[in-house]
Amino acid sequence: MLAVLGFALFLLGLPWLVTNDYYINLLTLSLNHAIIVVGLNMLMGYAGQVSLGHAAFYGLGAYTTAILTTRYFFPLPLGMASGILTAGVVACLIGIPTLKLKGHYLAMATLGFGVIVYIFFNETIGLTGGPSGFTGVSRLHILGYKFTDRSYYYLESLVLTAVVLLSLNIIHSRIGRALRAIHSSETASQIAGIDIAKYKIFVFVLSALFAGLAGVLYAHNIAFVAPSSFGFNFSVELVTMVVLGGMANVWGAVIGALFLTILPEFLRVFENIEILLYGAILIVFVIFLPEGIAGAIAKFFNLLKTKRTDGTGGR
Amino acid sequence: MGFSSFLQFFISGVTMGSIYGLTALGFTIIFNTTGIINFAQGEFVMLGGLLSVFFLKWFQIGLPLSVLLAVLATSVIGAAIERFAIRPVRGGSVINLILVTIGISIFVRGLTMLIFGKDTFVLPHFSGDLPLTFAGAAIMPQSIWILAVTLLLLLALRLFFTKTIFGKGMLACSYDKKASYLVGIGVNGMVLLSFVISALVGAIGGVILTPVTMTSYDVGIMLGLKGFSACIIGGLGNPFGAAAGGVILGILESFGAGLVSSAYKDAIAFCILLILLFVKPSGLFGLSKIERV
Repeated sequence: MLAVLGFALFLLGLPWLVTNDYYINLLTLSLNHAIIVVGLNMLMGYAGQVSLGHAAFYGLGAYTTAILTTRYFFPLPLGMASGILTAGVVACLIGIPTLKLKGHYLAMATLGFGVIVYIFFNETIGLTGGPSGFTGVSRLHILGYKFTDRSYYYLESLVLTAVVLLSLNIIHSRIGRALRAIHSSETASQIAGIDIAKYKIFVFVLSALFAGLAGVLYAHNIAFVAPSSFGFNFSVELVTMVVLGGMANVWGAVIGALFLTILPEFLRVFENIEILLYGAILIVFVIFLPEGIAGAIAKFFNLLKTKRTDGTGGR
Repeated sequence: MGFSSFLQFFISGVTMGSIYGLTALGFTIIFNTTGIINFAQGEFVMLGGLLSVFFLKWFQIGLPLSVLLAVLATSVIGAAIERFAIRPVRGGSVINLILVTIGISIFVRGLTMLIFGKDTFVLPHFSGDLPLTFAGAAIMPQSIWILAVTLLLLLALRLFFTKTIFGKGMLACSYDKKASYLVGIGVNGMVLLSFVISALVGAIGGVILTPVTMTSYDVGIMLGLKGFSACIIGGLGNPFGAAAGGVILGILESFGAGLVSSAYKDAIAFCILLILLFVKPSGLFGLSKIERV
């Protein structure tokens, strides 16, 4: 709880450290990604299920609210709620048959689902505007207050904090224990009376809801959605963020998202290097640092602690 | 639909399908010896085509030699991938294996983009681009090349797996690794060999396809995914089923694009993939049971 509070204060304080509005926008985007990655981390790290199609849920959230509020004049809150809900409902429908599959099959099925949704965004030009994107989405406003770049950052900070809090609560509850049990052995957890299908769908839908939430916030921040933001590459980026930060670690997910959203901006000098970087990070981290950055930090502190206690105990 | 357009769709379907089949074959060869689905399989196809283009341009050594060189280079890359990225995590959790092969695939793609750029390239047709007409349908000579090379390759692999000691060793590994160790088969070597052969088959597919469809650094994703769909159609782990699955997929796709909508051509393959995964994940010709909950 203290950690969450500290984290929220840190996020709220961050804008005072950066002066440039461009960096504020970058931070907003990285928090936006962190919302998805926290959810994906629950699915991958805790429950041990891979999804290579999470960009699709992000896109579904963004497109639904964009289309409903612009074309069909839904009020913003209703449009946004529909966006999140659409992601959740689609996840439920696709999750029921998909999550019966395991390992490689599951990875390929989610990948195939992601590609189908991506093709759909591109080809239904009458509805989504096709490859050139959907313009004219209104910037978020509540009761006459129009969000600025800075206040949007605060909004995303609060949402991310809420998402982290919720995730931590789930992880430390009965559900969290069930998910970890499923990760270590599906057969054993089934014998222990855990309804594994139910829990898998629960965590899948939850992660899709987070992705939909992030998509909705993204659409009303950028005020423009295009299919290229929701393709296979973005799904892989999300997975890379989870791996880099550390699987089965909520804070790791946040670190991974912030790091991988901000880092490429500083590598702009080297053109087109991002994709190479993602590949290299995935390979190196899985081989040498499977617990990610967060795991490495935790290990380091544990090492210090044991050394200290060893020292005093010996004397 | 007249007979000639039917024939036209059929021929283009079989042509593309052969390439899907070869990609699928690459998947099954690695899967059989290691239990890994190599998400980088499509990159082998991409490398085969793209390297041929550049070897032809750089060294001016003529098409056959550049093709040979490209196929060899891709096989070496396949070996390097196994040795340096797969071997350290082999026997690890499935999720790590998936992540590593995805990492390899985008790493290769990114490196290719940095070296060769984002442009689209084409190889000259092997024997002219004057179409032959047959019963009202136009057949490119390259289609005949594709079919012939695919059939020859299938035959060669068949002989390799049944007649040579290496092929038999690899088959033994796919049945039982521990038992293979016990009878003195070098399992590590066999796994390395499976990556080499798989890269070789993929690269040959890429080479014969490039004159027809052109190539660029990012064609590997789609080809890989469709190759995998073909595997699922044919049943994972069954090499010749996979090749047949590729042809089936190619034909379905060709008729779907021609009769329904070409915009959704790629979606057809994935819808088939999803439906099969949900309904019959062991494939049309597969017998092996897949664990489901």
